[in-house]
Amino acid sequence: MKHRLSTLSRLIRRDKYLLLMFAPIFVYYVVFLYVPMPGMLLAFRDFMPGQGVFSGEWVGLQWFDQFVNSIYFWRLLRNTFLLAFLPLLFGFSIPILFAICIVEIRNSVFKRFAQTVTYLPHFISTVVVAGMIVNFLSPTDGIVNTMLAKLGMNPVNFMMEPGWFRTIFTSSDIWQSFGFNSIIYIAAIMAIDTEMYDSGKIDGVNKFQELWHLTLPSIKPTIVILLLLSLGGIMNVGFEKVYLLYNPATYDTADVLSTYVYRMGIIGQNYGFATAVGLFNSVVTFILVLTANTLTRRLTKMSLW
Amino acid sequence: MKTSTSDRSFYLLVHLFTLIAVLVTLYPFLYVVSVSFSSVDAIEKQRVFFYPVEFTLSGYKMVLQYRELWVSFYNTAWYTIVGTLLNIVATCMAAFPLSRAQFFLRRKLNFFIAFTMYFSGGLIPAYMLITSLGLYNSRWVMVLPILVITFNVMICRSAFESIPNEIFESASIDGANELTMLYRLAVPIIKPTLAVLTLYYAVYHWNNFFTALLYLGKQDLQPLQMFLRRVLIMASPEVMQKMGGAMTSNALAVSSLQVRYVSIVVSILPIITIYPFIQRYFVKGITLGAVKG
Repeated sequence: MKHRLSTLSRLIRRDKYLLLMFAPIFVYYVVFLYVPMPGMLLAFRDFMPGQGVFSGEWVGLQWFDQFVNSIYFWRLLRNTFLLAFLPLLFGFSIPILFAICIVEIRNSVFKRFAQTVTYLPHFISTVVVAGMIVNFLSPTDGIVNTMLAKLGMNPVNFMMEPGWFRTIFTSSDIWQSFGFNSIIYIAAIMAIDTEMYDSGKIDGVNKFQELWHLTLPSIKPTIVILLLLSLGGIMNVGFEKVYLLYNPATYDTADVLSTYVYRMGIIGQNYGFATAVGLFNSVVTFILVLTANTLTRRLTKMSLW
Repeated sequence: MKTSTSDRSFYLLVHLFTLIAVLVTLYPFLYVVSVSFSSVDAIEKQRVFFYPVEFTLSGYKMVLQYRELWVSFYNTAWYTIVGTLLNIVATCMAAFPLSRAQFFLRRKLNFFIAFTMYFSGGLIPAYMLITSLGLYNSRWVMVLPILVITFNVMICRSAFESIPNEIFESASIDGANELTMLYRLAVPIIKPTLAVLTLYYAVYHWNNFFTALLYLGKQDLQPLQMFLRRVLIMASPEVMQKMGGAMTSNALAVSSLQVRYVSIVVSILPIITIYPFIQRYFVKGITLGAVKG
């Protein structure tokens, strides 16, 4: 025991500057990231505002019960899943296609211009993008409805129609991210050994065959890893974008778990209930990631861990 | 060498697809800029499509005189500069010890920070913590709760780990302690990585809206994004009125459109101007990540 203590103090003295260095960040992690963790227990209590985190009586699964049986439960689950999954489904291939195109373009001016332009939307804030969408789709003076009018059609109040929300959300997501997301594929394609292409040319393959039989298989690992990483975020539908684009008229297709937690918890101050919903969200996400990873491991022998 | 017909059609498709991608990306910006420079009358008559009609700077004059725009710009600048500075310093201070192979707490602390990437208390407990720390309506709420991003710490750590140990060994023989090693040796060596991390953090702070939404009720502290939200999405009558001055109600509704688009241009101008210069940094950063990952 005494030997251990003296070893410990020796180590502390040896690494004292490293400890000093890390100490403030350690405090940060403890205070801001670890301290809130037991707050999860709020999900099982009937919290009384103003009486501290551990106040209120234990109510067990009451909030979960209330949530699962509420009329919004399936709607929230469905929307959260769809709004995370649809951009993935439709948007996954576009960065890849775009990367392939960029690599094949010979004219360096056009190539650089295309890259610069398409990378830009990623850096524009969600607020600006949502602001553009809301204003473009405005029934009174939005450009989309103006053009519809010129074609002789009636204006559509896009932002108020639940049926349009998914399309709007998904396409704007793709618009904003396809360029930036293509960077990693461009890097992967450029890293492919050119020998393969040379021998392909000797064998007389055309560009389409080259693409299908040489390029795509070579970047398959990259594609799979990125797919997995995307699936990992599947239940984390960006609160911001939904929040900025939705309104009570479109809750039916737009309301997701994170926005519901915000309304119930922050605005409605129903802390216990909101924490339960948030916890539910985390658990479901975890299960999904686990499932996605297991499936991929079975199918391709590659996985996240 | 003659390209076959199928190859030619391949290249045609490639260029067509890229062209469409570029146009689709560009047009919204083009339209926004055009409207921002068009007269209220032209906008009302819906004559603007690709270029400004009846060029005018009246929208800009109006918006640039609005005090709240400048206050929120200042706030965002404050949050971005202070935040990013703290981020980089803290990230290095966290990553360097974790990169030193003989550091006796290395494994435990690596797990300590990695754990937080998978588990968190959730929104409500975080909200309660922040408010109970007295950070509500404080400038520091935009900067302290996000002192480091664990993922970035890991990137920084990898960068430090790739520095040959001999450099540090000879430094220690010369009597340097780890603090000196960090800021005299390690940091200068991994400058490219730090450039990329600076970029990530800076963009995060510049666009951060959620934190302000939750914790900054006082308008004078609110960042640009909150201002934009009011102007663009909530179109609160009081903001519109203040910016539009006294006009007929129809003109007000339309000049609000002009005013909104001017606001968009004004707010993305800083990003667009800096952007070409930093493009190679983030491309390099992602490529590095791809190679390492």
